[in-house]
Amino acid sequence: MLRPPSPKYDVAIIGAGLSGLAAGIRLAHFGKRVCIFERHNAVGGLNGFYSLDGRKYDVGLHAVTNFVPQGVRGTPLGKILRQLRIEREQFALCPQKGSRVAFGPRGECVLRFSNDFALLESEVVSRFPAQADGFRRIARFVREAPLMGAGSGASARGYIREAVSDPLLEDMLLCALMFYGSAREDDMDLDQFTIMFRALFLEGFARPFEGVRVMMRVLLAKYREAGGERRMKCGVRRIVAQAGRAAALVLDSGEEITASHVLSSIGAAETAALLGEPPQPGRTLGYVETISVLDRPPSALGWGDDTIVFFNDSERFSYRNPAEQVDPRSGVICFPNNFDYGAGRELPEGFFRVTCLANYDRWARLPEERYRADKTRWFGEIQESAKRFLPALAPGDALERAIVARDMFTPTTVERYTGHFRGAIYGAAVKARDGRTALSNLYLCGTDQGMLGIVGSMLSGISMANGHILKAPAPEP
Amino acid sequence: MTNDECKKVVLDIIADIAPDEDLSNVKPDVRLRDQLQLDSMDFLDIVMELRKRHGIEVPEADYIRLASLDSSAEYLTPKFNALAAKS
Repeated sequence: MLRPPSPKYDVAIIGAGLSGLAAGIRLAHFGKRVCIFERHNAVGGLNGFYSLDGRKYDVGLHAVTNFVPQGVRGTPLGKILRQLRIEREQFALCPQKGSRVAFGPRGECVLRFSNDFALLESEVVSRFPAQADGFRRIARFVREAPLMGAGSGASARGYIREAVSDPLLEDMLLCALMFYGSAREDDMDLDQFTIMFRALFLEGFARPFEGVRVMMRVLLAKYREAGGERRMKCGVRRIVAQAGRAAALVLDSGEEITASHVLSSIGAAETAALLGEPPQPGRTLGYVETISVLDRPPSALGWGDDTIVFFNDSERFSYRNPAEQVDPRSGVICFPNNFDYGAGRELPEGFFRVTCLANYDRWARLPEERYRADKTRWFGEIQESAKRFLPALAPGDALERAIVARDMFTPTTVERYTGHFRGAIYGAAVKARDGRTALSNLYLCGTDQGMLGIVGSMLSGISMANGHILKAPAPEP
Repeated sequence: MTNDECKKVVLDIIADIAPDEDLSNVKPDVRLRDQLQLDSMDFLDIVMELRKRHGIEVPEADYIRLASLDSSAEYLTPKFNALAAKS
């Protein structure tokens, strides 16, 4: 029997997360016939959103990093707005109130930072006077580094130690940067370090009042306007390789489509699996997050105005796959309420989110009952650990009484909903900066290409689309 | 089309793809990327807009000719005029 002719695209994109959508907009804008294939019924990938019992939650978003106010030029945010032809106002980003890194058993050693780099600089100067010059040297180095990294793979710790001799300052800086974007244990690639230092400290945090869905809506509208196609609940099951090229894609439905170029945003190992390659055993990092919904803003509970708190209670900061299910000694607290949403604008409920490192293998394949019991137990332990770094509440059970709903994700939740193996939200430890794969017309974008965060993922999609498919000239004219 | 009209076309495109740039004092003989924050991605957009809006094709090997307003006009004006003569 004759099969119906398969659809032929200029570009097929696997995954409708931020990088896939940004690449799609770019390509459709240039007149390419593009289709995005997404297995899930919702867009967003690692930065999606969901509803539970009538409440709306963001999956990954604590804060949009790389935020700069209007008028600051030559930054990643400016680049994506330009390249996607999005007006700044459309993303409706509201700046953070202020964040800190808190170390010590009770969080007594603090470095505050905000969207004004001068605050962090003055904190470092007052707490670590002997390190002030070294710290400024690091900041200067980051300012001069290329926005997307040079792909050196050198050790960030090695670099920091040349400038800064106090291990406490080294760990405090790395704690924030690693939790927001390192797939490598106990160290970062120097490139990744410069990208994250810029994203968190030189630039800063913001959030749309309604969360990441605001940004997704803008991207979807742009993609549609530009003429891009999208197929939801329609993942790619297999990439057919022939003569060194991705010759066809077999969809979950069994249908086969062809495309001149394939851009995969699903991860390097996940893409290799579509080619039938056996999984490479590699160390990955997993995370748990607890989300407590409160009947009042955290500030009304007595917790102040912190937006993000990176915490660690131990002498040295350990960023490793934990032996136990969770490592509650360090983590990230996020209060989405504490962004400056404008006069009189407050989120309708309070949110208290805590992220810690977690061991995928210790969560995977648990019997359902045991999994649920472990989640409940760790939920309490993680919250208790985080509370030590916040002002004490009176009475002691004030938090418990304010909680109206709870949710929690583990590495297996992430794997189930995003398809990222082992729930590794920051992907593989080694990044494919140029996005190339073994097949000449198959490229990676997103997490495993190396750009992280909301702005970083979009920039990844854009730069891979430009460089491999639209062919930006190098060097520039 | 004159060279000056052609420069205006290029400036209009830049104004749309880089709305945050001040274009009131662009020097025609200085490389655009030396006076404006334009990178290779932005030049790709200029090339695309020339094609979309005006039907002018700029092959990759000729991107270098768009370096300054003067060099752009020198390269693009004959293309505009050839196109106008055809229609």
